[in-house]
Amino acid sequence: MEKFVKFDSSIMPLNIENIDTDQIIPARFLKSVTRDGFGDNLFRDWRYSNGKLIESFELNRIKNNSKILLAGRNFGCGSSREHAAWAIYDYGFRVVLSSFFADIFKNNALNNGLLVIQLDNVIINKIFEKVNNDFNSSFSVDLEKQCFKSLDGDIHEIFEINEYNKTCLLNGFDNIDYLLSQKEKILNFEKINDK
Amino acid sequence: MAKTIFDKVWDKHVVDSISNGPSVLYIDKHLIHEVTSPQAFSGLKKRNIKVFRPDKTIATADHNVPTINQHLPIKEALSRNQVETLTNNCKEHNINLFGLGHKYQGIVHVIGPELGITQPGMTIVCGDSHTSTHGAFGSIAFGIGTSEVEMVLSTQCILQYKPKKMLIKIDGELNDGVYSKDIILYIISKISASGGTGYFVEYSGSAIESLSMEARMTICNMSIEMGARGGIIAPDDVTFDYLRNKKFSPQGDKFKKAIGEWKRLRSDKDANYDKILNFDASDIEPMITYGTNPGMGIKVSDYIPKSSKNTSIESYNKSLDYMGLNPGESLLNKKIDYVFIGSCTNSRIEDLRIASNLIKGKKKADHVNAWVIPGSKSVEKVAIQEGIDKVFKNAGFEFRQPGCSACLAMNEDKIPKEKYCVSTSNRNFEGRQGPGARTFLASPATAAVSAINGFITDIRNN
Repeated sequence: MEKFVKFDSSIMPLNIENIDTDQIIPARFLKSVTRDGFGDNLFRDWRYSNGKLIESFELNRIKNNSKILLAGRNFGCGSSREHAAWAIYDYGFRVVLSSFFADIFKNNALNNGLLVIQLDNVIINKIFEKVNNDFNSSFSVDLEKQCFKSLDGDIHEIFEINEYNKTCLLNGFDNIDYLLSQKEKILNFEKINDK
Repeated sequence: MAKTIFDKVWDKHVVDSISNGPSVLYIDKHLIHEVTSPQAFSGLKKRNIKVFRPDKTIATADHNVPTINQHLPIKEALSRNQVETLTNNCKEHNINLFGLGHKYQGIVHVIGPELGITQPGMTIVCGDSHTSTHGAFGSIAFGIGTSEVEMVLSTQCILQYKPKKMLIKIDGELNDGVYSKDIILYIISKISASGGTGYFVEYSGSAIESLSMEARMTICNMSIEMGARGGIIAPDDVTFDYLRNKKFSPQGDKFKKAIGEWKRLRSDKDANYDKILNFDASDIEPMITYGTNPGMGIKVSDYIPKSSKNTSIESYNKSLDYMGLNPGESLLNKKIDYVFIGSCTNSRIEDLRIASNLIKGKKKADHVNAWVIPGSKSVEKVAIQEGIDKVFKNAGFEFRQPGCSACLAMNEDKIPKEKYCVSTSNRNFEGRQGPGARTFLASPATAAVSAINGFITDIRNN
């Protein structure tokens, strides 16, 4: 996993609620046996119709090279496919902002270095408004300080993240390395509990 | 301290807890399939490690397999490659695989229970959100991502935060024509597609206790559709009877001993929950969804609401536009094009018995394509023994071979653009059953009768 470093970026606004993982990446694009290339099919059926770009869709319409995806509440609901997190990351996003995330998606994102930031609905709406006024408004994400802010100072929020996940993201630590280092404890647990 | 059944099972599986972090949770059974496992095996290869406990890992091919001519090589190259990759990985790591053509092959959440792999008190995971199904047996079962599949393959453990606990209690007697699918669609319509997020749900009450194991599985299966990680139901005699003499259940004296243990898996009387919801079974009627998430459901006799308190008006209208429906419209007598009876929600033998009983001697409407996809080879076998396949075929339904099929449309079984499908599956998301497909979620009974009439039907008026 790559280390999460502080950055400034514009925002891609997607003001839709309950964006499920079938929208993020439809099942028919899950047939690869590697982790690469899923970004091409991110939001496939909203981006393309019969292979042609749908110009009105935000990702096609707004060309602001954003690393932050802003979405309506209950983002990532539905299937557990980690391909959804891979697709978002592969497309170039490093942060997803919403007022509410589905549980499995949240885990999948964090396991891949994709930071999910949950903020109050009122703030999220304010950010939508700001971005819709100017697609090039710039924001900064500082995980170390757990701070999300607009560069003009209008918005300044401290977000929550678990200490463990924060450490992993900042250092690019891997959960599997951690678990492998716990082998003795696991073997002992199996012995005691007759597993 | 008083504990819920969830606490009891969870606490017994905690290997270690990271301070200010997740727990290391031991997993008793790991189910894998072709779509969410290949990248996890690649990860193992990169680290140069083997599967830690292959004997606790079971594999099947279900998500992208064809449902006709399964004896032939899979036509589609990418799907074939995924299935072959699974076969090779299982061979290399000594994992029991119920692959295509095997007598136990089927949808992972159908075969686990019917083979007795799923047992009370276990922790069970699978790279599929509907792993919640197995909670019907009093186990903690939940869906995971591929990185987590890799965790379990390499250490038989997973890092997990303990979710909050919700109790949903349904008391009273169910109305005629109401099935477990209606119960769960009703609950989700009440609490929304995100009302359970952050929680693990325990279901109890007399209406739940009255249900068969198949019906309980349908309820736990769709717990994820309200955002919950899983559902759990305390095991009882119905559970024990179901598990008796199953292929992988404990046998003989071991089974008796197991029952003794399993009987202790009940929530203590004064156990604490973070949230408790009570529902009256008599308020539940046959249900159907009208929108693009499972929370958008109504009684089949109701009208499509003008708005939803759980959704912004923009998102709500976007849903109805996609469905080609209008607020205030009734779905009764709405002409349909397809009927899909299948998926890990409703493809068990009981579902097929219910559906076939309602259509015996009848013919489907000419304009409807009706597909029945049994959940497993075992289900298919019993259906053929009981002549259920003939009932469907005589009514003009296609009786196909096991797999996930049109529930997620990964294989060739797709509902065409803008066509209406009454489906016994679990998700009515945009494009879920094929690009542009329009899904109405309902019970197998409602689906079967609607196929006969060619339009959405209230089975109580049939």
